[in-house]
Amino acid sequence: MKTWNLSQLDDLFAAIAGRQTLYIPADAAGQPAFTRWEPGLAMTRALNTGRSAKDLFFPQVENLAAFQISGKTISVSPAQSPEEDYVIFGVRACDCRSFDILDSVFLAEPADTFYQARRAHATVITLACTEPEETCFCTSLGIDPQAPGGDISCWMAEGRLYLQANTPKGEALLASLPDLGEGEKPETNPSVFDKLPLKDLDFSVFQEKPLLDWFNSPLWESLSQSCLGCGSCTFVCPTCQCYDVRDFEGGGTVRRFRCWDSCMYSDFTMMAHGTNRPTQKERFRQRFLHKLVYHPNNHQGQIGCVGCGRCLQKCPISMNIVKVAKALKEGSV
Amino acid sequence: MQRSVIETAASLLETGVCTRVLGWKTGEFFYDVTPAVFTSAEEVRKDMVFTPFCGANLSKYLIAESRKEGKIAVFLKPCDTFSFVQLQKEHRICRENVYAVGVQCPGMSDPDALKALGLKGLTGCVQEGDTLRVDTLYGEKAVPLADALSLRCRGCKSKRLHDCDAIIGTQGKDLQTSRFAQVEALEAMTAEERFAFWRKELSKCIRCNACRNVCPACSCETCVFDNPDSGVQNKAAASSFEENLFHIIRAFHVAGRCTDCGECTRVCPQHIPLHLLNRKLIKDMNTLYGVYQAGADFETKPPMLAFTLEDPEASIITQGRNGQ
Repeated sequence: MKTWNLSQLDDLFAAIAGRQTLYIPADAAGQPAFTRWEPGLAMTRALNTGRSAKDLFFPQVENLAAFQISGKTISVSPAQSPEEDYVIFGVRACDCRSFDILDSVFLAEPADTFYQARRAHATVITLACTEPEETCFCTSLGIDPQAPGGDISCWMAEGRLYLQANTPKGEALLASLPDLGEGEKPETNPSVFDKLPLKDLDFSVFQEKPLLDWFNSPLWESLSQSCLGCGSCTFVCPTCQCYDVRDFEGGGTVRRFRCWDSCMYSDFTMMAHGTNRPTQKERFRQRFLHKLVYHPNNHQGQIGCVGCGRCLQKCPISMNIVKVAKALKEGSV
Repeated sequence: MQRSVIETAASLLETGVCTRVLGWKTGEFFYDVTPAVFTSAEEVRKDMVFTPFCGANLSKYLIAESRKEGKIAVFLKPCDTFSFVQLQKEHRICRENVYAVGVQCPGMSDPDALKALGLKGLTGCVQEGDTLRVDTLYGEKAVPLADALSLRCRGCKSKRLHDCDAIIGTQGKDLQTSRFAQVEALEAMTAEERFAFWRKELSKCIRCNACRNVCPACSCETCVFDNPDSGVQNKAAASSFEENLFHIIRAFHVAGRCTDCGECTRVCPQHIPLHLLNRKLIKDMNTLYGVYQAGADFETKPPMLAFTLEDPEASIITQGRNGQ
């Protein structure tokens, strides 16, 4: 295992950034976010970023193509796929698992080439958690926050950073950093994870009953009752992956882009076939059943949630996947 | 206070004064309460709470709830009652279907305020006088209640409960507080500094629309930005300045109707102090057209809907003309 003195973390960042573009979680106006590293940029002390690490593979807005119209001819210029290698440092185990979920959607045939290119060019360095928040429940989804995965796993202990390559890409990056020392990671005390209030959540029940039992539950009415219909939960969620494709039109030029969309919004899936979701109840139900039932049904039981707790922290009315799952489970008994 | 709120709610249902109660429902933790409609005294006694973490302003839900059959009782804190009156002034609430219970408010606390003090892993909280004893995964911490107050409650404008059918606690008074202090600090900056401040803050916006959807002054049935036929529906920013404009324009759009309840700042997932934009406009209107408080009464005309020949013509253009 490689090791580095934490008091010289800046030097390690500089060494990585000298080879590839580097993103680290840093405080931006009081809100931690993955930020392109430049000399002087310090890593946040917060547990996790406000927005998730999915932004780096699936940005909120992305150009797809440009059209130039002149007379009766249209010339089409597809947007270039990203070609730059980059490193993401400090991804937590929950966000790292979210990449598997996003992969199962975006890399299924036909693969999303923009997402695919970003995934291929990125080296993910994860960071083990030592001080979880009360809203964390990744352990109840089979994630080990102390063995976070990615191309390289990192641990911080006793003033040192420990790095373990998990993939050839990770090994190549570590090999390119010649000043790293050798060392063994000291044992850490994981007892705090046993105290997490949400550690015993069990989502398996959603695979055990027919989809329509959940769909037709009378509880959706009261659960969705005070939902504001905003997009906070979907936009901070590391596994939400819905997008819209739109055009900016400016004279003879059209720019086609895609942008995040939210199933909580009134026009989402508003289509000519007329089966869109007319009230917030149907929109709300879609979001939670997608995570708990539809995605697992279509992806070998993989639950569409990683327990990062962002929706617990960010929802304006404090309604979230934990409350919904618990209520549905109790209501179904 | 919590006991009075719960017993009042239960008795309103039991005696048939109302068929539904709009209040706050307990959650997984001590702070994650959800606005909810209760239909039985049993539900109320089981799940209803009133704690220093019931920040959500319930008045906007009355737009829909007061149009349903039967009478609904609602619990409103002083600043929520300003929204309640303002929404009535805009003919958005059927008052005859509402039984309003005012609840005196000590100022609302915020888990984000606790986390800003360095507390992590919040698992429990007990109020003892002016102190909050907070249990965390990493031990117990005592926090002065004042330090746990949400940003918007620091500089509370009024403890007066407006247009209530009943009051729990005592009727309060308008307060002379320094709620414009943060605005004044921004005004004291140079234009470049202020521009940099707002660029930094507003660039964090993810256009989730939480501020708009929670805002009692934003009560259009369908917002122009949600209307696919409007031609301006925009899920993505055309330029890096668009989110900035969205918030500035929204603040102007609600000027004279914004009661300064601060819900926009409470709900922002990106912690943008949006209420400062509204407070700046309130402060300017107070200076230019005389002190006005939206939602304080049913009669006074809002400055943006009133015109007198004496109105000042304040603008960058006239300032320039006059060589100011």
